[in-house]
Amino acid sequence: MEQVMSSISLSAIAPELVLVACGLIVLMIQAVFGSRFRDSFAYVSLLGIGGAAFLVLTSPGAFESKIVEYSFCDMWVVDNFSRFFKLIFLIGTGLTLLISLRYLDNEAMQHSEYYALMLLCTVGMMVMASAAELITIFLGVELMSISLYALAGYTRSRMMSNEAAIKYFILGSFASGFLIYGIALIYGTTGTSQIPAIARYLAQAGAGAAVLVMGMALLIIGFGFKTASVPFHMWAPDVYEGAPAPVTGFMSAGPKAAAFAAFVRIFMEALPTLQTDWIMVIWLIAVLTMTVGNIIALVQENIKRMLAYSSIAHAGYVLVAFLAAGELGLTSILYYMLAYTFMNIGAFAVITMLAGAGETRVKVEDYRGVGYKHPVAALAMSLFLFSLAGIPPTGGFMGKFYIFSAAVKQGYIWLAIIGVLNSVVSVYYYLRVTVAMYMQAPEKDEDVPAASALSPALVVAIFISAYGVLSLGLFPSTYVAMVKESFLSFL
Amino acid sequence: MESLSFPLLSFLVFLPLVGVLVLLFVDRENEAVQRWTALTVMGFGFVLALFVYGGFDPENVGFQFEEQYAWIPGLGISYHLGVDGISLLLVMLTAFLGPICVLACWTDIRSRLKEFLVCLLLLQTGMLGVFVSLDLVLFYVFWEVMLIPMALLILIWGHPARRVYAAVKFFLYTMAGSVFMLVGILVLYFYQARTTGTLSFDLTNIAEVPLPFSLQLWLFLAFGVAFAIKVPMFPFHTWLPDAHTEAPTVGSVVLAAVLLKMGTYGFLRFNLPLFPEASVFFMPVMIALALVGIIYGAFMCLVQKDLKRLIAFSSVSHLGFVILGIFSFTVQGVQGGVLQMINHGLSTGALFLLVGMLYERRHTRMIADFGGLSTPVPALTTFFMIATLASIGLPGLNGFVGEFLILLGTFHVKPVWAVLGATGVILAAWYMLWMVQRVFYGRVVHEENRGLLDLAPREIGLLVPVVVMMVWIGVAPTTFLEKSEPAVAHTLRRVQESVQTAQGRNAPWAMACAAWDHLTGK
Repeated sequence: MEQVMSSISLSAIAPELVLVACGLIVLMIQAVFGSRFRDSFAYVSLLGIGGAAFLVLTSPGAFESKIVEYSFCDMWVVDNFSRFFKLIFLIGTGLTLLISLRYLDNEAMQHSEYYALMLLCTVGMMVMASAAELITIFLGVELMSISLYALAGYTRSRMMSNEAAIKYFILGSFASGFLIYGIALIYGTTGTSQIPAIARYLAQAGAGAAVLVMGMALLIIGFGFKTASVPFHMWAPDVYEGAPAPVTGFMSAGPKAAAFAAFVRIFMEALPTLQTDWIMVIWLIAVLTMTVGNIIALVQENIKRMLAYSSIAHAGYVLVAFLAAGELGLTSILYYMLAYTFMNIGAFAVITMLAGAGETRVKVEDYRGVGYKHPVAALAMSLFLFSLAGIPPTGGFMGKFYIFSAAVKQGYIWLAIIGVLNSVVSVYYYLRVTVAMYMQAPEKDEDVPAASALSPALVVAIFISAYGVLSLGLFPSTYVAMVKESFLSFL
Repeated sequence: MESLSFPLLSFLVFLPLVGVLVLLFVDRENEAVQRWTALTVMGFGFVLALFVYGGFDPENVGFQFEEQYAWIPGLGISYHLGVDGISLLLVMLTAFLGPICVLACWTDIRSRLKEFLVCLLLLQTGMLGVFVSLDLVLFYVFWEVMLIPMALLILIWGHPARRVYAAVKFFLYTMAGSVFMLVGILVLYFYQARTTGTLSFDLTNIAEVPLPFSLQLWLFLAFGVAFAIKVPMFPFHTWLPDAHTEAPTVGSVVLAAVLLKMGTYGFLRFNLPLFPEASVFFMPVMIALALVGIIYGAFMCLVQKDLKRLIAFSSVSHLGFVILGIFSFTVQGVQGGVLQMINHGLSTGALFLLVGMLYERRHTRMIADFGGLSTPVPALTTFFMIATLASIGLPGLNGFVGEFLILLGTFHVKPVWAVLGATGVILAAWYMLWMVQRVFYGRVVHEENRGLLDLAPREIGLLVPVVVMMVWIGVAPTTFLEKSEPAVAHTLRRVQESVQTAQGRNAPWAMACAAWDHLTGK
């Protein structure tokens, strides 16, 4: 492993700078020209995302060499691990923007704030993936979360959306408090907030200090909240149900992946010496998260709420991979987050398309007859749901396959069995939606939801997601090769 | 050995997908073209299968027509196909029934024919893939993929009353079993990786690794529960009557004729050769469950009022025979089991087809709604009678050969088991013939039945090949048995070795050893 040191390196933060610039440009367009150039918001934002993705992919040594580049006095790191996560975030944000175009028109909410908040939230996530220092990670968490609080309440005329924003804000602030307190305790013990330095300190001094374990526990709580793991998941169903549908899809993919990126970096790189202390806790959280998420999802009538619980369950699967660690475990985390981004945002694209003005058609029973009125959308939705359920030949299956392989390899056979049984439980509620779509045609044709938010952009988003899900399922090797390059810096 | 470089098996497996692609571009209104496309594809698939059959060398015990490409090299997952004598017969059965199924739904399916045919073709790919995959992950993928089209067949075209319940139950039951198999596959893989250092999900590599007894026990259970649910063995059979009853005719035919065989095939392909000692250990349990299934299934048949439900329970009974044969660990028994898989596919397939034809005419499946049908529909009655006699094992028809071999093999091991198993044959004659009597003979009690139309040429055309095969297997079973015999003997090699060594040990083997004393004459 080769380390390149430098203090200020604009190229290291170029993708983030592009996004910030685009976010500000979008705000300025509205401030200067009013809503005359309203159509340009989306183009500028998508251009920014494309540019950022281009910069991530073409940055020197991307996905080829294992160079780990530190900059800004060791506070910032660019390695393939962070690059991979940044691509996941950019894909998630890009797809979400494509989905929201017509939705925002329908809700009469086509304002520049939406795009600026989305882009800044993405910057927050990218900071979390690239930060090599605890306070910088916290900075990223806050940038991401504050943008999300506002986005959750974006459709401000709807009560549910307001409730979601307030709930998310209050509980989210609590979680941030836990995080910062945990960081403080770790800083207090080790005398540094830089991840490599913490690792070096612990390797020498050993991991006996009770305060350190306290700090670690507080971090688990903070990240448990951000990843919506049980028992820190209480906010998720209400927020997911209330937030605008495209934002819900976005929230369940990108920010969750970002939280896992920071979680993995801190625990695997800074605190591996404390492994014996966190293993049992995470084991328990993983089992609870999978089981509670899936079982409560069984009885949900609102499809957004159902996918919220499903998203909780999926965080549980990722925790299984987290616990398994090692090469295969990390591969599966990265792989799964990518697959999850495609399949979940894809599913939310269809939900957005059918939700109607004011999101009145989001019950499972509203999907009756969709299979015949919107055959392509229903087929895509079935694909995403089967992928979420982990049925081949989809990315969801391959992701689970990698996760459970990793668990079995590390000897967590019971965890793998609990995991696979959970995925059987999950089949039931995913299947319910498919059954509704293809089965029960309502008496009147008008009762089938209309494709109110259908637009060329949404169709493109659905096709990209479907392509992602299928190619991850059928040809995983290409992605795995990329993933493998992505975490060697820690191992 | 003659080796063909042409990837025959891949063509066979993926040909139905080509049919799917063609169907997607056919106009929805143009149902004739859709039917003919599906029929051509299935027919061509059968021709390809005949080439496989013709080129198959029975002397060679290994896999033939092998194809192997790396799929996910990082984990040692490969695209590895091949057939041996056991899978060959099942591939033939599947390919043979393909065109018959398309013909059977010619007029039956009135709504969304295009989607129906797409599901049927996807199902065909899945089933053929299961029988020819030699890589565990590939096998698992096909095994799961096939669930979706089958569930959709029940869900969309099933009998409206309880189709949702039946489809969801089918899906969840099968999935619940197969995830244990997935964990089992992973454990097997990592054990092999640790002991030999090679990463491979390839069956031929994994089969060479001797496993410790305790691990074998767990793995046998993990794989076994997946297969036992699929077979279905008592007490995992409850999904079957529902799925069969609610499925459309063709769905029932495919389910009975091919899908259930995947369970018995799995036992034969994976459990016996990979976990030989555990197989011997669990033999008494498996035999007991098989016998319970045979007798319980038969008694359940006696009280059914619904024709499809009756045939579904008869499947539980017949598949019990197959398991009995396989777990006798004798060449005769297993050969009988393999043949009985084919027989059950033909005879139960034919019975479901005929019940479907009756349903199409009369829109009921209740035995009480019929009676005296031999007067209005003599041809249908004749075919039904032949299928019934084949099913109950009349000498000269296929069922007899299979059941006889199974009972012969079992008798060698423990006569009591054969005697208990034979009661299943007697009960089968009782419930089947009684049912035939109530449906077809006597006076016509319901006026509606008087004007029923007899079989159309298309229906006769699709039934004749099935009947021909029944007679062929009944009269000259050696044609087929000689294809599978070397493979069966090869599969049994390791189990029989462990039976030999088992006699030297005591504690956990006691039960199995006692049974085997009869075979070796000690």
